[in-house]
Amino acid sequence: MPQSIVAVAYIIAAIFFIFGLKMLSKPTTAVRGNMVSAIGMLIAVIVTLLHRDVVTYHWIIFGVLVGSTIGAVAATRVPMTSMPEFVALFNGTGGIASLFVGWFEFHNSTGEYAVRIAAGEVSYIAIIATFLAVLIGGVTFTGSLIAYGKLSEKLNSRPLLFTGQQIVNALVLIAIVLIGIIFVVSPDASLVQVLFLVAIALSFVLGVLVTIPIGGADMPVVISLLNSYSGLAACAAGFVIGNTVLIVSGSLVGASGMILTSIMCKAMNRSLSNVLFSGFGAAAGSTADAGTEQGEVKPITVQDAYYILEAAGSVVFVPGYGMAVAQAQHAVRELGELLEANGAEVSYAIHPVAGRMPGHMNVLLAEANVPYEQLAEPDDINPTISNVDVCIVIGANDVVNPAARDDESSSIYGMPIINVDHARTCFVLKRSMASGFAGIQNPLFFKENTRMLFGDAKASITALVAEFKDS
Amino acid sequence: MDMLLLLFTFVLAIFLGVELIVKVPSQLHTPLMSGANAISGITIVGALLASGAAGNDTLSTILGVLAVTCASINVVGGYLVTNRMLSMFKSKEGGK
Repeated sequence: MPQSIVAVAYIIAAIFFIFGLKMLSKPTTAVRGNMVSAIGMLIAVIVTLLHRDVVTYHWIIFGVLVGSTIGAVAATRVPMTSMPEFVALFNGTGGIASLFVGWFEFHNSTGEYAVRIAAGEVSYIAIIATFLAVLIGGVTFTGSLIAYGKLSEKLNSRPLLFTGQQIVNALVLIAIVLIGIIFVVSPDASLVQVLFLVAIALSFVLGVLVTIPIGGADMPVVISLLNSYSGLAACAAGFVIGNTVLIVSGSLVGASGMILTSIMCKAMNRSLSNVLFSGFGAAAGSTADAGTEQGEVKPITVQDAYYILEAAGSVVFVPGYGMAVAQAQHAVRELGELLEANGAEVSYAIHPVAGRMPGHMNVLLAEANVPYEQLAEPDDINPTISNVDVCIVIGANDVVNPAARDDESSSIYGMPIINVDHARTCFVLKRSMASGFAGIQNPLFFKENTRMLFGDAKASITALVAEFKDS
Repeated sequence: MDMLLLLFTFVLAIFLGVELIVKVPSQLHTPLMSGANAISGITIVGALLASGAAGNDTLSTILGVLAVTCASINVVGGYLVTNRMLSMFKSKEGGK
């Protein structure tokens, strides 16, 4: 096949990706958008197979079969509640694939770099890209594995900190930069060979180091960031082999990951460096900022909660990670439907960082068949929240903590929250009085209009559903 | 190809990506992320070129096969899981 046709096909594939991403941004077109993007991928794969440089197929067939089977089985079997860790894993496979591509190119040109640069055949950009593809790929891979471990609770999801952590990180980073410089300029082939392997090892180490100090509730930021890295790794691989479709698609993913990262950071009113390096919540418990307005907590029984709900004209659910843990989304939807049948207006206010990945709560509620029109962002709900009769907070804590709005001394001060305390009544479903991820006391629990419904979220909601059905 | 042209493409694509994504509603953050993740599996193109090249030695063959396998997991798994998530998002009227 003529190379110009291949090049044109790559452009077409890139256009499909662009339209696919664009369509992914609306619920009505998102499914088709994903298809469009998949077709783009298919086009790119098929023309590559017809590329003149591809002459043997048996290993390709083997790899594609094995990989596709694993991918397809994982994608269809994984329960929706495990989605955060699987998105992390898929990120990691993309990263390591880019690493292998970079390594392959390096292995097949070792020692020739200096000669080829002198001959003008290879540019510095290509060599730097080789290094970056391996580096970013490696960091994405081990970073994603740690994220997977933390999200699936196979590893402790608390931030892991040790003394001198910053120094160790800095040293690893400096070592990588130094190796990178020598790698690019050194004419000594055997030295470069060794340095390359050291760089791979260090990139793995770095991926672990940057992810272990990050706590569970900060995971949305990390997943978005790793998402961005996986794109940038593909992009670097594109520079290595001088392929535009890799560069364009990789950059699109890199950019989208960066935007998600920045949205997540804004939703917590924290800078990226603060999320990455501070080990937020590590000292939870011991440093609980004593809430200024302690007071009496007012528990409520399921029966009393039912009477209030029965009379309510508008109800807003505010889910958090606790809803995912309790697997309460189906029960919540059922209660929502009963409330609607009872004449109440029902919506779901979802904070951008609620849960363990961007949009986590939305996926769970969509799984439970909550129509997406009812899924609202804080900015949609907050202006009218004082007219809401009942807010039901399910396993959310920091994202509804009024201290973020009122208490300048609070460590989460400035974080945008859902103002559930402004609603006429607020139910908080909670297992116990333990503090949230940030480890700070929540004044919401002591407010005049707050009622605590203690117990497992799913059990409590199911009991409320039963009350509605019995009446 | 001229490296500077590639660099130019890269910069433009980053800006395009930002413009495309910046208005995505938070409802769709997860599918967007996993859909974008599937696109990052485009590295499969590099993997295929590596694995299909003539005269690969043992290490090259291993690297090529690993690259193709991992990229395939990323592509197939990524698109399927995104599709699965997106098909759960339903409108009130029961449509999609």
